Amino acid sequence: MNTKLAYLIAFALLLVAPLVLYPVFLMKLLCFALFASAFNLILGFGGLLSFGHAAFFGGAAYITGHALKVWGLPTELGILIGALSAGVLGLAIGLLAIRRQGIYFAMITLAMAQMVYFFFISADFSGGENGLQGVPRGSFLGLVDLQNNTAMYYFVLGVFVLGYFLIARAVHSPFGQVLSAIRDNEARAKSLGYDVERYKLLAFVLSATIAGLAGATKTVVFQLASLTDAHWHMSGEVVLMTLLGGLGTIAGPAIGAGIIVTLQNTLASGPLSSWVPVVLGLIFVLCVLAFRRGVVGEIQALIRKSF
Amino acid sequence: MLTDLLGFPPQVLFGQLLLGLINGAFYAVLSLGLAVIFGLLNIVNFAHGALYMLGAFATAGLTTYFGIGYWGALILAPLIVGAIGMLIERFLLRRLSGVDHLYGLLLTFGLALVIEGSFVKLFGSSGLPYAPPPQLMGGVNLGFMFLPWYRGWVVLAAVVMCLVTWYIFEKTKIGAYLRAGTENPKLLQAFGVNVPLLTTLAYGYGVALAAFAGVLAAPITQVSPLMGSNLIIVVFAVVVIGGMGSIMGAIVTGLSMGVIEGLTKVFWPEASATVIFAVMAIVLVLRPAGLFGNAT
Amino acid sequence: MTLKKTLIAGVSAASLLCGAASAEISDGVVKIGLMSDMSGTYSDVAGEGAAVAAQMAIEEFGGTVAGAPIEIVTADHQNKADIAANKAREWADTGQVDAFAELVTTSVALAVFEVAKQQNKIALVSGSASSPLTNEACIPTGLHWTYNTRALAVGTGSAIVKEGGDSWYFLTADYAFGEALERDVSAVVEASGGTVLGSAKHPFPASDFSSFILQAQASGAKVIGLANAGADTVNAIKAANEFGVVAAGQKIAGLLVFMPNVKSIGQDVAQGLQMTVSFYWDMDDETRAWSQKFYEKTGKMPTGIQAGTYSSVLHYLKAIEATGTDDTDTVLAKMREMPVEDMFAKGGTLRTDGRMVHDMYLAEVKKPSESEGEWDLLKIVRTIPGEEAYGPLSESTCPTK
Repeated sequence: MNTKLAYLIAFALLLVAPLVLYPVFLMKLLCFALFASAFNLILGFGGLLSFGHAAFFGGAAYITGHALKVWGLPTELGILIGALSAGVLGLAIGLLAIRRQGIYFAMITLAMAQMVYFFFISADFSGGENGLQGVPRGSFLGLVDLQNNTAMYYFVLGVFVLGYFLIARAVHSPFGQVLSAIRDNEARAKSLGYDVERYKLLAFVLSATIAGLAGATKTVVFQLASLTDAHWHMSGEVVLMTLLGGLGTIAGPAIGAGIIVTLQNTLASGPLSSWVPVVLGLIFVLCVLAFRRGVVGEIQALIRKSF
Repeated sequence: MLTDLLGFPPQVLFGQLLLGLINGAFYAVLSLGLAVIFGLLNIVNFAHGALYMLGAFATAGLTTYFGIGYWGALILAPLIVGAIGMLIERFLLRRLSGVDHLYGLLLTFGLALVIEGSFVKLFGSSGLPYAPPPQLMGGVNLGFMFLPWYRGWVVLAAVVMCLVTWYIFEKTKIGAYLRAGTENPKLLQAFGVNVPLLTTLAYGYGVALAAFAGVLAAPITQVSPLMGSNLIIVVFAVVVIGGMGSIMGAIVTGLSMGVIEGLTKVFWPEASATVIFAVMAIVLVLRPAGLFGNAT
Repeated sequence: MTLKKTLIAGVSAASLLCGAASAEISDGVVKIGLMSDMSGTYSDVAGEGAAVAAQMAIEEFGGTVAGAPIEIVTADHQNKADIAANKAREWADTGQVDAFAELVTTSVALAVFEVAKQQNKIALVSGSASSPLTNEACIPTGLHWTYNTRALAVGTGSAIVKEGGDSWYFLTADYAFGEALERDVSAVVEASGGTVLGSAKHPFPASDFSSFILQAQASGAKVIGLANAGADTVNAIKAANEFGVVAAGQKIAGLLVFMPNVKSIGQDVAQGLQMTVSFYWDMDDETRAWSQKFYEKTGKMPTGIQAGTYSSVLHYLKAIEATGTDDTDTVLAKMREMPVEDMFAKGGTLRTDGRMVHDMYLAEVKKPSESEGEWDLLKIVRTIPGEEAYGPLSESTCPTK
């Protein structure tokens, strides 16, 4: 009941947010919140640290950009194609990576993502280090012009809610329960007759697809896809967002993403502007050492303790 | 024609093989350091690239500020950076004992950001100049290529370092303790061995290896704050191919990946950045634990 | 509530005041948004130094233009196009920014161009090198100030062919910029009667250049052209020196080299290297005086990008002063009409494709024995007339020229 109320309040706040805050900034925030939530599905609930999620985020960004700019597809279809391609890429990388766990899994996803990155550097259609620029925003169902920031915001909000709902559904479904069981004790889950690898693969593909959805949407918002989206620093950033917000909590990653994006945006033009990487690194270290449950995790623990 | 092998004169091929070996020497020393750390601490040291960079900066700094030349730096820089590493282990990583090893990876990732970011701030992004030691200027004509003395020295120094490390770990008492610590730290502690100290030393040694590679690299690559940040990803792939934590695996894979990459630079230069990752994918399909690793 | 009221009162008072002073300046303030790489690869050649240079232009105006105060806001885009696009939009939508400045790296410049086009704001590009900014990717309000790949190609390429370096082999970074540079230089080399024997594409960034250097050596070309930048160029030059390429008679041509690069290669190794520059601090009394002031603020001598940022901001402010308005179209027309005259550019002209045409210089790295100080690194060998460096307007493929 309480969570439902919290969600309602959060949704209401998001509805009125563009009246107070700058919509483009909010859209960026939502895209990263969705990205982090998707990532959390595989780390928080699947117990697998992927260090290559930038490949899905950036891959979808590029494919959507190409679909909209060169093929001239409608916006919704372009985003869909981007997300699905990320899913296919997730299947390919996942098939290879889920054979191993823990650190191996992290290294393998990192290396595979690096291959994807090099592909985008040298491929012709991606524009190399210039990125894919001038992607048209188009319109929603051919009716609402998305060039308008407010219209675009509500479109992004729609995508976010959809993606978020999908993740929440997956986590609370029997599938999500099995996934958590595998995370907590893989051998036991196996002995209970679950096809562990298939569950993990499915979670990985789902996570990749939604990460792709976030990347694709971001391309439409900023009208560009660039190498930043596919670089391994992006993979690191999404880990930070998730960790900061709270691993394995449904709302945590979105909140973590909010904090990091706000921080990046504020620091970018303040006196600390050239210290951004250092500040992010320090937050990382602090989180890992003192704050492993993340913002939401700590709050939950506090509530549990006091009631 | 015999003089042409696949369209390339054999001289070119020999030259590329040798150069590949030289690059492989760097991979070997760096992945060896990772393997040592992984073996005992079970963490992937994401700060390895940053510490490699620290080694190179220490080399340039020792010369600029203290007038200590290359040969002094070859000893001092790994000691200094190794000591920094031991502090990192003692005061940061040790707090993570008992939690998931992935947190170690994340902590060192954060550290890498802090170290590299601060160095950009302090020294600028362009880096410092550094020349090879005068004794190793020039080179020798091998017939198929001109080999700078310095590159020859790099291979020699790296291989000796690898063999020494292998000897320490496989043939000495300390090595036996270290291996025992990997297998069962509690039991080892019960036998009266100071395992936390051993862990600190192992991390320091792994870091010192990274710094050693940094010293070797200082005269041939740009000594800049971000020099290690991309290299490290390739080294990760090398470690995965070799089998994480395997000393011999790290050495052999490091050298051979250098050679494979060198050959790719001749036959298909565009793919040379990705060939190691491709090899990794193939190895993982065939031998998920890596070439020298034990299945876990 | 009270806070809000005070704010509103304050704002309206301020707008009243400014309104009285200059009816034609939007929001009563001329605001320049300077975006650069403050923490990454390009922070040495652009970065905070560029912000200082822009500030120096503003100080020359005493902080006001056409009766309105001049403000500058800066941001670190971290070489991320999305951060740049986000900031640019925010500045334009809510920050009353009238013009964007510096914008190093092409991905950032292109992203800001998109915003500038939609919002009809002026973009003063200094740090990006890509020729497309005034060709297929041009926008009516985008001005490319300091240099471009074509100018680099013409300057270095034709000079070296003239000296007898008529056969070339390229080491090309395998990405758009590297390829553009190789293409531009090849055209110049062939037009001057030279031949291109081939090229090796190296990954970007590449950690080791020895094997590419060896391939270049085997090609037998007289000149090895480095179609790359930054750390790649530095590492390639270091490797070429180590492998005795220069000693064996082949010449290295760095196509995009900045002064900080020369410093990090070391003068010993870099001596004799020829490069095309838009600016060098030690050219005449004016550049020396300005650079000395810059040095006092930053502890470094300015790069071409930083000096170019100063020039572009200064010219922009001059046009506002002359017209009394910050209306984009009026200012732009005035900027095109006035010659660009300052310590950076002498008699520069602003073309309709956005190109600022000014003289470029072929420079050579001094021998350590010729050098009189830490910053005494280059000597100017030749002045390349602007027309020659940038080509005629008819060559531009900009659709709105």
